[in-house]
Amino acid sequence: MGSEAATAVPKARRRAGEGGGARISGVLYPRWYWPSFAGPATIWLVLLFVLPFYVVFAVAFGTSDLFGNALPVYQPWYWSGSTFTAILDRFYGGDAFYQPALVRTLVYVPAASLLCLILGYGVAYYVARHSGRRKGLYLVLLISPFWISYLMRIYAWQGLLQPDGLINRILTQLHVISSPVSWLQGRPTTVVLGLVYGYIPYMILPLFGFLDRIDQNLLEAGRDLGAGPFKTFVRVTLPLSRQAILAGMVIVALPMFGDYFTNDLLGSTKTSMYGNLIDNALSLPGGSPQAASLVLMLLVLLIVPLLYYLRSTKRAQEAL
Amino acid sequence: MSQASISVRQAWWRNPWRKPRFLQALTWGYLAWSIMPVLIAVAFSFNAGRSRSAWQGFSFRWWVGDPTAAESLLYRPDLRTAMFQTVRLGVLTMLLAVPLGTLFAIGIDRWRGRGPGLANFTMLLSFVVPEIIVGVSLFLAFTFLLKFVTLGTTAQILGLVTYQMSYPVIVVRARLLSIGKEYEEAAMDLGAAPTQSVRRVLLPLLYPAIFASAVLVFADSIDDFITVRYLSSTASSEPLSVKIYDSARAAPPPSVNAAATFMLVVTLVAITIGFIVYRRVTRGERVEAAREFVGFQV
Repeated sequence: MGSEAATAVPKARRRAGEGGGARISGVLYPRWYWPSFAGPATIWLVLLFVLPFYVVFAVAFGTSDLFGNALPVYQPWYWSGSTFTAILDRFYGGDAFYQPALVRTLVYVPAASLLCLILGYGVAYYVARHSGRRKGLYLVLLISPFWISYLMRIYAWQGLLQPDGLINRILTQLHVISSPVSWLQGRPTTVVLGLVYGYIPYMILPLFGFLDRIDQNLLEAGRDLGAGPFKTFVRVTLPLSRQAILAGMVIVALPMFGDYFTNDLLGSTKTSMYGNLIDNALSLPGGSPQAASLVLMLLVLLIVPLLYYLRSTKRAQEAL
Repeated sequence: MSQASISVRQAWWRNPWRKPRFLQALTWGYLAWSIMPVLIAVAFSFNAGRSRSAWQGFSFRWWVGDPTAAESLLYRPDLRTAMFQTVRLGVLTMLLAVPLGTLFAIGIDRWRGRGPGLANFTMLLSFVVPEIIVGVSLFLAFTFLLKFVTLGTTAQILGLVTYQMSYPVIVVRARLLSIGKEYEEAAMDLGAAPTQSVRRVLLPLLYPAIFASAVLVFADSIDDFITVRYLSSTASSEPLSVKIYDSARAAPPPSVNAAATFMLVVTLVAITIGFIVYRRVTRGERVEAAREFVGFQV
C-alpha cells in the first residue's frame, strides 16, 4: 500500500478505512467488495473440491448394501472402519497382496525422481549458464514437452518399444541384441524411465528458473577467491539451489505417486503401482469404498511433501 | 615441445571459461530423447500401412482416408465424435475457468483478513494434489451425493474447471504482485470510482496474464484424461485423450497416432495465436513470457 498516498488524504477518510475494509488511496471499499471477487471461485471450490473430499470419507467409512454397492454414510458418528482396515490388511496383514504395488511405488518414484534431478540439473545448468544467445531457443525446446500431452509422449514410446518397434529394429541392426527384447512385459527399468521421461520437464523448468537468477557476482567471487569451476559449483551453486532441488523433487514425485497410465502403457501387472490399485478398485463393481480408502491413504502418505510444496510456493510468491 | 603441450592441456583443464562439452552433449542428448519419439509418432500417422514401426510409404489414409472404410480420424465415427468432444471440453473449460480464476486472484490479492489465506490454500491444494485424487473424489461425489450432475460432458467440465482454475489464479496473481497498486491509486486520485479503476486500469494491465493462462487452460484441458476419463459416461463423451488411452494397449492403428497429432496441432495453434496476442498486448514491455506461459515458478 502506497504510504505516501495514504498520508495525503484527509484524516476522516483515512479513519474510515481502518475499519477492516481494504483501502487504496483513502477510498474505502465496502467490506464485501474484494471478497465478492473471490466468491464465485471459492464457492466452486467448496462445492467441487472440498465437498467431494468429504464424500470420499463418507464412502471409505460407509457401508455396502446386500449387492455390494457402496452406501456412503455422511454422519461421522456412524462411520465404520471395516473397509479401511481391510485395505490396511492388504498392505501389511496376512493377506498382503497390495504390498508389492506399494513397495514398487516407494522404489520407482524415488528412483525416477532422482534420475530426473541428475539429468535435469545438468540440462538446466547448461541452459541457464552456457547457452548464451541461444537461450530463448533452448527454453522453447525445454518447454515444448509441456504442450505435448503426457499421454501422447508415453504413447509414442509405447510404439517405439513394441516387439517389432524401432528400438528393437535398431538394436538388432547394430547387433546389440540378437532377438527382439520384450520391453513392455513388465520391466521396472522401462516403467522408471517412462516416469522420468514423462515428468522431467517439470523438474527442469523450476531448476532453470532458479539457476538463471543466481547472482553472477557470487560465482565470480568464488572464483576470485581461488575456487576452480568444480569447487565453485559444489561450494556456491549447489548449496544455493538446495531449495529449488527440493521443490523440483516434490513437483515430480507428487504426480508420480498417483500415476497409473505410465505403467498401463509401458508395463504390466508385474510393475503395477499405487495408482493402479486405485484405478483397478474403481473399475470393479462395488469397488468405490476400496478406491476411496486407497485415496485417503495416498493423501496421508503425501501430506508432508504436499504441505512442504505449498509452503515453498507461498514463499516464492511472497518473494516476488 | 612436450612441456608446451602439457601446459596447453593444463590450461584447457584449468580454464574456467572453457566450453562444458559434457553438459552440452547431455543437453542435446536430452532434447533429442525428449522430442524425437513424438516426432516419430507424428510421422507414423502418415504411414500408408497399418504399422506403427515399419514405414510403408506416405499417405493421408489415417487422417482423411476413404469414408467407406471408416478407419481415418475424420471418418472413424468414434474418433470423429471424440475430436469434437476434445475441442468442446477445451473451449468450455477455458471460458469458465479463466474468469473465475482471474476474479479469484484479484479478490485474494486485495482482501485482507483470514479468509483469503484459507481460500488460496485450498486453491493451491487443488493444484498440487495428484490428479487421480481429484478425479476419483469428483466421480464419487457425482455418483453418490450430487446425483443431479450426470456423468458426461457436464461433469467433465465441472471437473476440468476445478482442476484448471488454479492456472489463471497463479499466473494472474504473479502479475498482480509485480504491477503493484500504483496505477490503481493514480486512477483513483484522478477521480475513478473503485469499479472503474478495476475495469479500466487493472484489467487491461492483467490482459497478458489472462491471455497466457487462457492458452494454458485450453491446452491442458485438451490433454487431460484422468479427470475426464473418470467423469465420462458413454463412449460418446470420451475425448481423444481417453480414446488414445483405451486403444493404446491393443495394437492401435496409425489413426490413433493421427488423433494424438491432432491434439498436438490444436494445442500448438492455440499457443501460437495466444503468443501473438500476448506479444501484441505486451508490446514494449519486458515480460517473463516463459513464466506466464508455463504457469508455475520458472
